Amino acid sequence: MSQSLKQPNRLREGGRIDRSHTLHFTFNGKRYLGHAGDTLASALLANGVDIVNRSFKYSRPRGIVAAGPEEPNALVQLGSTEAAQVPNVRATQQALFDGLTAQSTNGWPNVQRDVMSLVGKLGGRFMPPGFYYKTFMAPASLWMTYEKYIRKGAGLGRSPMVPDPDVYDHLNQHCDVLVVGAGPAGLAAALTAARSGARVILCDEQEEMGGSLLDSRELLDNQPADQWVAQVLEELARLDNVTLLARTTANGYHDHHFVTLHERRTEHLGETAPVVDDYRPSRSRMHHVRAGQVLLATGAHERPLVYANNDVPGNLLAGAVSTYIRRYGVVPGNRLVLSTSNDHAYRAALDWFDAGREVVAIADARRAPDGDLVAQARERGIRIIEGAAVLEAKGSTRVSGVRVATIDAAAFKVTGQAETLACDTIASSGGYSPVIHLASHTGARPSWNDEILGFVPGLVKGVHAAGSARGIHDLAAGLADGVAMAARALETLGMTSRAIELPQIDTRREGAACGLYQVPHEKPTLRAPKQFVDPQNDVTAAGVELATREGFESIEHIKRYTAMGFGTDQGKLGNINGMAIAARCLNKSIPEVGTTVFRPNYTPVTFGAIVGRHCRERFDPERYTALHQWHVENGAEFEDVGQWKRPWYFPTIVNGKKETMHEAVARECRAVREKVGILDASTLGKIDIQGPDAREFLGRIYTNKWEKLAVGRARYGLMCKDDGMVTDDGVTTCLADNHFLMTTTTGGAAAILEWLELWHQTEWPELNVTFTSVTDHWATMTITGPEARKLLAEISDIDLDRERFKFMDWRAGKVAGVPARVFRISFTGELTYEINVQANYAMHVWKTLFTHGETYGLTPYGTETMHVLRAEKGFIIVGQDTDGSVTPEDLGMQWCVGYDKPYSWVGKRALSRSDTRRDGRKQLVGLRPKDPAVVLEEGAQIVLDPDHPVPVPMVGHVTSSYYSPTLDSGFALAVVKGGHQRMGETVYLPMADGKTHAAEIVSPIFVDPKGERQHV
Amino acid sequence: MFHIYCPYCEELREEEEFHPKGQAHIARPVDPEACSDEEWGDYLFFRDNPRGIHHELWVHAVGCRKFFNITRNTVSYEILETYRMGEQPRFTAGHPEGKPAEQVAAEAEAVSRQEGVKA
Repeated sequence: MSQSLKQPNRLREGGRIDRSHTLHFTFNGKRYLGHAGDTLASALLANGVDIVNRSFKYSRPRGIVAAGPEEPNALVQLGSTEAAQVPNVRATQQALFDGLTAQSTNGWPNVQRDVMSLVGKLGGRFMPPGFYYKTFMAPASLWMTYEKYIRKGAGLGRSPMVPDPDVYDHLNQHCDVLVVGAGPAGLAAALTAARSGARVILCDEQEEMGGSLLDSRELLDNQPADQWVAQVLEELARLDNVTLLARTTANGYHDHHFVTLHERRTEHLGETAPVVDDYRPSRSRMHHVRAGQVLLATGAHERPLVYANNDVPGNLLAGAVSTYIRRYGVVPGNRLVLSTSNDHAYRAALDWFDAGREVVAIADARRAPDGDLVAQARERGIRIIEGAAVLEAKGSTRVSGVRVATIDAAAFKVTGQAETLACDTIASSGGYSPVIHLASHTGARPSWNDEILGFVPGLVKGVHAAGSARGIHDLAAGLADGVAMAARALETLGMTSRAIELPQIDTRREGAACGLYQVPHEKPTLRAPKQFVDPQNDVTAAGVELATREGFESIEHIKRYTAMGFGTDQGKLGNINGMAIAARCLNKSIPEVGTTVFRPNYTPVTFGAIVGRHCRERFDPERYTALHQWHVENGAEFEDVGQWKRPWYFPTIVNGKKETMHEAVARECRAVREKVGILDASTLGKIDIQGPDAREFLGRIYTNKWEKLAVGRARYGLMCKDDGMVTDDGVTTCLADNHFLMTTTTGGAAAILEWLELWHQTEWPELNVTFTSVTDHWATMTITGPEARKLLAEISDIDLDRERFKFMDWRAGKVAGVPARVFRISFTGELTYEINVQANYAMHVWKTLFTHGETYGLTPYGTETMHVLRAEKGFIIVGQDTDGSVTPEDLGMQWCVGYDKPYSWVGKRALSRSDTRRDGRKQLVGLRPKDPAVVLEEGAQIVLDPDHPVPVPMVGHVTSSYYSPTLDSGFALAVVKGGHQRMGETVYLPMADGKTHAAEIVSPIFVDPKGERQHV
Repeated sequence: MFHIYCPYCEELREEEEFHPKGQAHIARPVDPEACSDEEWGDYLFFRDNPRGIHHELWVHAVGCRKFFNITRNTVSYEILETYRMGEQPRFTAGHPEGKPAEQVAAEAEAVSRQEGVKA
């Protein structure tokens, strides 16, 4: 323990860390120290932690490879408490804070001793690509079982099991120019756009802006590069037209320059957002940016070389070595061997040497490297082995040596005798791949550039790439490109760009790079030690080669077969190498093999950030009726109907006990059938239809006739789509000759209004008619039951005489002293008045009804009772008893179809299609269970012969089913093939628990079949 | 997420304000009863799925509630134009760069003389 508190790899000086500020952290249960400015990865390296994880498939020990988002191995589980758990965090992107607690994502019982590593050691021959598909394919039914254990073995991190204490925000943003990446090109571009007066957003995923300039050896205007960064940022911060977003990843590029930026506001401070003055700030913000022009200055990722055992801890990217030394003051080892195909990677050896540690050798794949950096290495007396590469790393839990030999890259051959060198660190560089992920999200295909040996982004209109992101890796050229591309973006916007003065940079001679991806080995790829292409997904060169041998020629297929570039990696580290290997095996060029499409997100985003505040009670808006408060105060249980909260039932306390739903509904049903009940029906959709052609319109849109509906009368209407299937129903009332009020189902209100507008605007613009939603303007109170008339008479001036105010009439008048429309329509089969008043008056009227209602036993009821009562009468609910495949005739509602209307109304033609005319269509019937105690399950399938061998032909299903207190029996509505011809037949309903219920097919009208009660 | 110009509101608005309603310019047969089952089935169920230029019917559902058409490239998702009911597109599969203005005017004139069919 005492030893672990030292930081053996920390330099005494240098870097951007604050050595006076020491931070404690815990990794895999051990305590370590780091400094402010560290990432978790740099602190682990400072402490000499080699193994940070076990690999996904082979369970091989893995160490830190990179210093940025391309890190494949150092995925950790963050969090000291259950609520703070975050899976899949890259240690290279997690700022260190005091008390940080992290664990390896994989490895059981721990990363040092892993039981699964046996698989890795024996592995290889036993786990080729497609291993899971091939081995666990049959029987298919067992895959779920296999998968559970495979996943447990693999380990992918875990999500927290308790609620997240943090909050997350969404922000909508607009700007003229969005610059992604604050490296040299991005800063130059942002400064140009900002000085030109454009509204600019500049975002960068790192803890600090500056990109490669933060660890650069270059001098800008004879000053260290980070001083120029500080100057530019200071100016940008002062400008009102600029928004600077550090710690902000552009994670997705969507249509029409809609880019999502994930800003992590507190993740560098603690595992949950720190509470300040009892206030918890949002942990992250998702900026929804709609940009005029987008400038991608996303830089490039270095490609590692693919050689044997290149996954042993101690193998790093050359650029990462430089970053750790120069930015974090950490040298991740003592003795370095560099294997490179280019000049730029020499920085790693120079930085290592300048930090006072030993550079054993540089293996340069080129014959006669002669750039300035090469010369600097020679000046320091560093041994350079020309035309050579590292063939193989030695060691198991840490690199102990390398085998280096001269190679012929083009012929893919080792040409010389291998030399073994002792070392503990290998840095490799196979060149630089522009980060084309965001450009690729737009669907634009990248193109191969032979000069830079990499793909450059394909760009849709309005997107620009600058600097390294399009292959311009030279610093001075990259800065100039940032200015030029910003000017181009501004020009597109019609703005004049103002030039900026660029800093002076010494020109440096750089030798040409050579193309090297997989390093040849003395043994053929399939027999050599594993050469990893994608360490995160454990994809090897042999795996890619095997895939090509098995006939996978498209890179998209190779990717899916091997899992290369899958998951959170998204091909950052290994895709180009994988393509190069496939190209070699298939004897094609890399562009001929193609490239895969990168998808959002660039790096993983927590669900919290995606969801923002749209969770819990804010997930969906809630709509309340004007009477909601009364329902709450009277103990209603609520049901969600669309966005509405509707009273479901009103349980009362009986003998000190709260009624069950069954008891409450039985009591409410009896009240309606015997006395009077009241329902808040305000949620029914109400559409006000006006105009000289309103009546004609109704005739075309409804199945039934409207030409003779007189003022003062109402009519039930059925609506079909043009395919003849029922889509909505409701009562429409004639208020005046050119004025109608249509009611729709609660859930269908918005869709039906849009439906009416569709027909009016696109097919019948010649009809003079308008539609207005008045759902919220009117509150609807349904009083129903034998006592309804007496109750209403007490508080209304309307003449309620049964001969003068008949069933299906409506009257205007006053109820409880306020203006009202009263409709005599019924959804219960009882004498019913639907009282409509302005929503503001609703509570007054409702309470007045209750003041007078006690005498009559007025009982509030909810949707459940409403359903029972309507089903007893065989009244359908569209969407419950119908499902988009049911015609009016299937429902037995021919009485509601105007076959002889002059206009071919919507749905008419389809009713004479062969399919709607055929026998054996499912038709609506009633079902009466033989055992009255049984309430059939809604959705239960209906069969004619329960003893039929499997598969049993199914002839229909239950659509609505309840217990009826009136019948003292279960009853149901159902659709049954040819049901109308099967009255009196017995059908069977086999249930999941093995029981089979028998039921008789009956009329769907169970109560008052002649409809006398509603006419009293 | 699309950024859609409503030709009635004359503003660019976010896609969430709109509903897509399928292929544009599908006129309901004037005399449905005269259609064969096959013709009626074609009208009801069969739609184009072009790679490239496509004309679509949209509605500004939570805006002005007006229906209008969009010419959109189904590959790049670029919206080339939006136009009102009764108007004809300038960009078509035959004229991916846009028809000349005179032709557009002549077509608009011809359409306005047809009665009833405005889709």
